Formats: sequence, C-alpha cells, structure tokens
Amino acid sequence: MKPPSSMGMNRTGVDMSPDLVEEMIRGTQAVAMAREATTTKTLSDYRSAYLQDAEPIGTVPMPGTLKGAAKAGVQKLMGRHAEVLIDKLGARLAFERTGIRLYDALLAKCMIRTDEAGDVPLDDLRQFRDAEARHMALVWDAMRELGADPTAVTPMADTNAVASIGLMQIISDPRMSVSQSIHAIHVAELADHDGWELLIKLAGQLGQDDMADRFKSALTEEERHLTTIRRLTERICLTEAGV
Amino acid sequence: MAVNLLKDKGTPLDRQHFTWKDLVHPPISKMNVDAFTRVRIILMNGIESEALRFQHSCARMNKGLQVPLAQVRRKEQHQQTLVNWLLPADQSPLETTIGYEQVAIEVTASLAQNEPDPYVAQVLRFGLLEDFDHLYRYSALLDRLQGIDANTITQGYTDIVPGRPTVDEHRAPEDDLREHYNKQTAQPLTKLNALTIMAGEHQTHDYYMHYGPWFADPVARQLYAEIASIEEQHVTQYESIIDPTESWAEKWLLHEATEVYNYYSCMTHEEHPRIKAIWERFLDYELGHLQFVMEVFKQADRRDPAEVLPASLPEPIAYKSHREFVRQVLNDEVNLRADGTRFVDKSREPERSLTYRQQLNADGSPSNTVAAGWQWAPGGELAARRGIKEAA
Repeated sequence: MKPPSSMGMNRTGVDMSPDLVEEMIRGTQAVAMAREATTTKTLSDYRSAYLQDAEPIGTVPMPGTLKGAAKAGVQKLMGRHAEVLIDKLGARLAFERTGIRLYDALLAKCMIRTDEAGDVPLDDLRQFRDAEARHMALVWDAMRELGADPTAVTPMADTNAVASIGLMQIISDPRMSVSQSIHAIHVAELADHDGWELLIKLAGQLGQDDMADRFKSALTEEERHLTTIRRLTERICLTEAGV
Repeated sequence: MAVNLLKDKGTPLDRQHFTWKDLVHPPISKMNVDAFTRVRIILMNGIESEALRFQHSCARMNKGLQVPLAQVRRKEQHQQTLVNWLLPADQSPLETTIGYEQVAIEVTASLAQNEPDPYVAQVLRFGLLEDFDHLYRYSALLDRLQGIDANTITQGYTDIVPGRPTVDEHRAPEDDLREHYNKQTAQPLTKLNALTIMAGEHQTHDYYMHYGPWFADPVARQLYAEIASIEEQHVTQYESIIDPTESWAEKWLLHEATEVYNYYSCMTHEEHPRIKAIWERFLDYELGHLQFVMEVFKQADRRDPAEVLPASLPEPIAYKSHREFVRQVLNDEVNLRADGTRFVDKSREPERSLTYRQQLNADGSPSNTVAAGWQWAPGGELAARRGIKEAA
C-alpha cells in the first residue's frame, strides 16, 4: 500500500479542472441576481424553534436497585445531583468499552500492515487496551456501588458514542492507514484523559472520596496512554516526512 | 463492442455466481475517482433497485411468473449489492446526495438530448431544472452545515446555481401526471429512457427518505423532507410517461433491456479499469437475463420479442458535462409550470397547485432559507472572496 501522504490523482480541488471551474464561476456570476435573499426567515429562525421546543435526548436512568441505598457513599449523595455523577460514570464506562474495541481494531490492523507499523510499539498498545478493560470494570463496580445500572446508556454515554462514530469508521476502514488510525486513537485518548480528570473532580466534590482515589490510578495510566500516543503520532508524521 | 439484444447470449443464469467477498469489492476513492464513475455507480444502483421493485410487484400480481422472477431477482439483488457497496464509507450521506443530484442533472440532460419523442424530451427537461435546483440547495447545506465545498464531489462538471426554485416545485398531484408514450409507436429509446429516469428518481426518493432522519440539524431534516417530496412527484411524473397497457411480461422484457443498455453505456465510458470490468461482467449477466426473459415473454404473451426489442442498442448515455445544454434549458424553460399533463407559463399555473404550495410553505421554506444569499465559490462560502479573486 502506498503511504497515505503519497502524491496522486486527487480530483477534489479546483486546480485539477481549471477550465471547468472557470466556466462554473462565469455561470455563477451570471446568475448572481438569484442569490438575492428570497426569504426573510433565517437558518437561525429555523433552528431556534426546534431549540426552544426540543425534548432531551434521553434521561439518566433511575437507580435500579435500592440495595446500595444504605451505603455510606450513597448517603452522601442524598439531596445532591447524583444523576450528574451517574451520567458521567455511564459515559466513562461506555467510552472505555468502545476504547477496547478501538484498540482491538488498531492492533489487528498493525499486525497485518507490518510495513506501516514499524514505529508502532505494539506491546504498549496491548497494555493500553488491557488498561481500558480494567478501567471499564472499575467504573462498572463504582456504578453498582451507587445502585446505578452499568448496562444502561446514559445521555452522556450516548453523546460519547455519537462523537466516537467517526473514530471507529477510521480504524475499521481497510483503506485508512496505520498512521491515520493512530490519529483516531489520539483523538480518543485526548477525550478519555480529560473525561477522567472531570470524573475524579466530580466524584470528589460529591463526597465520593474513595471512588475518586480509585479513579486516580486510572488517570495515571491514561496520562501514559496520551503521552505515548501523542509522541507516536509525531514520530510517524516526521518519519513520513523523511525528517 | 456492438450488442445484439436479440442474439447475444451473455452469461447464462446458472453461471452467474457470487460469494460474500465478491459482493464486497474495495470501494472507490471519494477523492481520486472521476466524478462520472461515482455518477455511474449511483445510477446503476438505481437501475438494479428498480429491477427488484418491478419484479416484486410483478410477482405479487402474477402467480405463474413467480418462479422465474425469483430466479432472476436473486441475481439482480446481488448485482445491486456489489454496485452500491462500491461507494466508500468516508463519503457522507450529504456528499452522496450531491452525487445523486449530479446523476439527476447529467444523466437527465443526456437522455433529454437523445430523446426522439418531443413531449417526453420536454418532460425530461422539466424534471431536469428541478433537480438542478436541488443540487444548489444541498450544496448550500453542505457548505453551511459542514463547511464543505460540493464541487469536491462534482469536480467542475456541473454548475451549482439555482434552477426552478424548489419552493415552486410543489404541485398538486394532478399536475404531476403526464401523457404516456404509445407502446405501438414509441421508439425503443423512448422506452429505455423512461425506465432509466424512473429508476434514477425512485432511488433518489428512497435515499432521501432513508437518510433524512440521519441528520441532527433541523434545517437538514426539513430540506430532506422537502426534496424527498419533490422526488416523489418526479416518480409520479416519470412512471406516468410509460404506457400502462404494456403487459407484465413486456414490461419485464423492457426492464431487462434497460439494464443491458445502461451497463453498456457505463462500460463504454468507464476509464477506471476495475470498475469497467464490473460493468462488462454485469452487461453479460444482463444479456443472460434478457435471454431468459425472452423465453418467458414468448410463453406468457405468445409474441416474438423482436416486436418489442430492437436488435441493436441506441447510442449510449453520454457521461460528460452537459453544461451548455442545461444553461440553455434553464434560460428557456425555468418559468414553465404544469397544468395537468401540459406545460404552461407560470402565469397560467392552476390554482390547485398554487394553493397546495402555499399551504406546504406556510411555515417557511427550508430550501429557500438554506440557500438565502448563498452563491457557490471555490472552497465554499467562507473562502468566497479569496477563491474568486484567485480564479479571476
């Protein structure tokens, strides 16, 4: 496979068809009158009605079990916005779960495309994948402690899932190179890292000190993931550039 | 290579095989492929989609034809899969939509210029100007929603300017029906053109209905709803130009001939070697279907297929920019409207269509709003001043 940045017959730009584009511009200018606004309603007007009337994309699920209600951690959440913590826990759980799949797909690609994966530290990627699995279990247990359902999709988990669609589309596409796939993991790790920071702060503020302490070990690992992937992205790019 | 519709055997049905891997070829490159290769892929998906749609309808009305229909239809379904799966995953639904409208413009323009029946040619030109406007509206959406220039898809072949305004295309159902050709006197090319355009428009309608809900933005959702409604009108228009007194077997025969004609047209123009090989293979498959259906026709209608089909194919569809023709039609006919099956100046449009349109547009027009003040420029609206200056 050619490296992704190799020169080729990319036809998307106007310089590939200067004569045709010149004609297009001439034609566009000839009908410039038509672009006079034919409506007083703006795009914002259209969107504002929907924005004002929109129902939420979903709600945080009610705790499915009261078994944990007597526990100390739950008591501390009484009268506070527990749903915010549950929402963010659900988001982290879902993101870690998807992260495992992203790493699985990336590792599989690297194993096949060895010519492109020379700079990729596969053992590190395997460790990161396993760390995501541990983090998933960590959040699962934390949700259970609070009586929350770790199998439910919380609104923030759904938000993360929508944001991640493109990442999996990149890594699972055979035409996307190893370096393009590493870019997708980089984006994921950036979001993951900040997600953990936020979750630790939130848990601490809501009196969940034990939980926050446990999560700090995950953040330490996520920091290593991000640093490694960031450096890898840089190294691959510079190698491709021959510098 | 010349094709003899009546004699060429093609690939017999029992030698048309696929595997799952064979159904899923590597997709085209959105960035590197010539726009007309994408146009052909989109149209051929529509042609195969119509083959399935027709054959299912036929099966529901003709017990005696169900077995042969099922046999051919399975091949058509697999062909459609192979063709449609050539589109790449990095080509978004909105970018693909731009491709659909390029199909609707450049293919319709080709058919309209070759069409021997003046009335049918007029019908094609009428629809052309409406799809031409859709490209402009969707391009504005692509630019204003995602900051992407639609010309990265259309590659300079097709003007991106307003046509007959979409807001004015909404008509009472009675004004979407047209006169049909006469099966006895119509030239074969008229029948092939009619089936081709109907197939293309029907799949366009279905695509917009499928992907409208995929968009989060309310304006995009409304625009897809609006233009899907027009595509439904276009399907109504184009199916009505086909003689409804053709027998089921005759219609099946014409559908197969249309598939042959279209794969032949694709093969003739295709420069992408891997895609060309697919067109060649499927041309042979369709010739095999045609042979098979000719036998069905002989038994069902007790007629000679030569009464319906010509031996040789007409000139292939011209896959090229039809800019000058489209501009001329725009200049001459943008103010045409429909009064029943006739075309009239917009000053004489029937009250029923005006009332219908006024009611639908009562809460505003998404197609007007999305493109208000928008003009195509290289690199998009945000780069307009810089792009125009460079090009000047």
